[in-house]
Amino acid sequence: MEQQIVKVKNKKGVRVIPGFGLSMGVTLAMLGCFILIPLASIFISASKISFQEFVEVVTSKQVMSGYLVSFSCAFFAALVNGVFGLILAWVLVRYEFPGKRIMDGMIELPFALPTAVAGISLTFLYSDQGWIGAAFDKIGISIAYTRIGITIAMVFVGIPFVVRSVQPVLEKLDRQYEEAAMMLGASRMRTFFKVILPELFPALLAGFGLAFARGVGEYGSVVFIAGNIPFETQIAPLLIMTKLEQYKYSDATAIALVLLIISFILMLLINSLQIYMQKFSKA
Amino acid sequence: MREKIKAFLPLFGPKGQNCFGGLGKKTAAFALCGILAASCLAGCGDGSGSDKKGDGTELLNVSYDPTREFYAEYNDIFCKYWKEQGGSDVTVTQSHGGSGSQARSVIEGNEADVVTLALAHDITAIENSGMIEEGWSEEFEGDSAPYTSTIVFLVRKGNEKNIKDWDDLVKDGVEVITPNPKTSGGACWNFLAAWAYEQQNGKSEQETEEFLTKLYQNVLVLDSGARGATNTFVENRQGDVLIAWENEAYLSLDTHPDEYEIVTPSVSILAQPSVAVVDKYAKDHGTEELAAAYLEHLYSDEAQRLAGKHHYRPSNEEILQEFSDKFDLEMNLVTIDDFGGWDKAYETYFQDGAVFDQIYTE
Repeated sequence: MEQQIVKVKNKKGVRVIPGFGLSMGVTLAMLGCFILIPLASIFISASKISFQEFVEVVTSKQVMSGYLVSFSCAFFAALVNGVFGLILAWVLVRYEFPGKRIMDGMIELPFALPTAVAGISLTFLYSDQGWIGAAFDKIGISIAYTRIGITIAMVFVGIPFVVRSVQPVLEKLDRQYEEAAMMLGASRMRTFFKVILPELFPALLAGFGLAFARGVGEYGSVVFIAGNIPFETQIAPLLIMTKLEQYKYSDATAIALVLLIISFILMLLINSLQIYMQKFSKA
Repeated sequence: MREKIKAFLPLFGPKGQNCFGGLGKKTAAFALCGILAASCLAGCGDGSGSDKKGDGTELLNVSYDPTREFYAEYNDIFCKYWKEQGGSDVTVTQSHGGSGSQARSVIEGNEADVVTLALAHDITAIENSGMIEEGWSEEFEGDSAPYTSTIVFLVRKGNEKNIKDWDDLVKDGVEVITPNPKTSGGACWNFLAAWAYEQQNGKSEQETEEFLTKLYQNVLVLDSGARGATNTFVENRQGDVLIAWENEAYLSLDTHPDEYEIVTPSVSILAQPSVAVVDKYAKDHGTEELAAAYLEHLYSDEAQRLAGKHHYRPSNEEILQEFSDKFDLEMNLVTIDDFGGWDKAYETYFQDGAVFDQIYTE
């Protein structure tokens, strides 16, 4: 039996996509054309200004506050997504109920919806005249045109990342461990935190990272729900647009470059943490 | 029947173990590469076309948002006129968007024959990239602005806060909606109109700056574009007053007839949306004559009336008078020349670190 499987695997033409050479070529071409070359062009464009000018642009007060707004809101949004994305994934994997498939499909809607449409409808709902916003307005919380509004838009665009990262891991998670923990007398809380969560954590972290990165770069939906007031609700991508409107391409790319570098470092940290966690949980 | 289907599907081998079974792997790979290479070449061909294209009967008019309906009607008028003049059938394609981003799209290779944008500044940006020859603003009458507009206030029906003029906007508790002049070219006029009001009332430079600071402190949402600001005011019902272009304010009245009123301030600014032939692309397409005629005909009586119908002020004085019950012709309108021209105004007020940036501090 064993031998047969090996034989089938090596049999010519079993691979769906022909040839390592060709598929690798396509991979490199795709990476090059769609990721590396555009990113490299950011570096080139930013290098048109001197280092001193670059530093001046990216450390100006408005830009710094833009970074702060973008990163802090994206962080909180990713945190919210981490908690609620986990619950959503849990419900979708562990329970059976009517309409589950439809709900499962709905998770991906934020991907499909043009972000401007999402932004306009979120603002409509969360402004102090909107359905949800009016209720919060009564207790003195305004959502639209504040940082809370920005965070909500980022939660919206980021939620599928967490759900879709956690779901497959949760599906594969063997229930025997939970049962064993229960049998050995662990409380539900303890079972969750000591048995289930460590298994899910790397996936959760990956989802968190993706949602975070998406939030930092999000422009289309946030720009409608943020008041865009400098030093309060102005996000970094909007500042990039501001520079573009003034035909200052290099300034715009300078801001983008810093955004990119910070995001890259944060993603790298998250990834290393994830790898560390995986090793740790296996040990 | 079945055989036929099979014959059409040589790629799916008889037993389905190999996708390219029928053809052989190498052939398939070559074919695939061939297709990729061909599509790449086709793509390059499109981009590098500096040779004459088209037969000179197609025009691309790159314009900005609120002119959509106007140009849709104007194109019919022009096509008829051009045929009467002995020309051939013409097709005009329109493109609309924010004025600044439309200008950028032309700079980056959107092959417009003519541009009809909100601001002379945006056309100057295209000129600076070398696609429009110098002196475009003298090419047509009235600084190449066939129709004009001005800045007015849109308030909710009843005008509860009793907003009559610019100084009502700085009062406590008045919430103002206006876009950010740094992202929306059109919003620069809003700023300049308020500035002009203070200057006309004999205020000093410093007093004017304080006035503007107060005004922008009352701004609730600083949208990135005029369309966004209108949306915030009209659909999301935020704020008490929207500072807007007259033609756009009328568009909001058209869509919500009983909900809004237009208030005309005592002082405002003459906004001149400008037009120009994009010389480089018109030459490439062989449409120079047609493009010039297209813009020239905007000054015809028929087109001027159409502009008035679409809420732009006709540049032809006589025809403007025909609309005297629609437009407040008593307003004191300053022009951009009072600010020393666009480039100077932009430098003084809107450049990074200039007056507008000083309004907002941490």
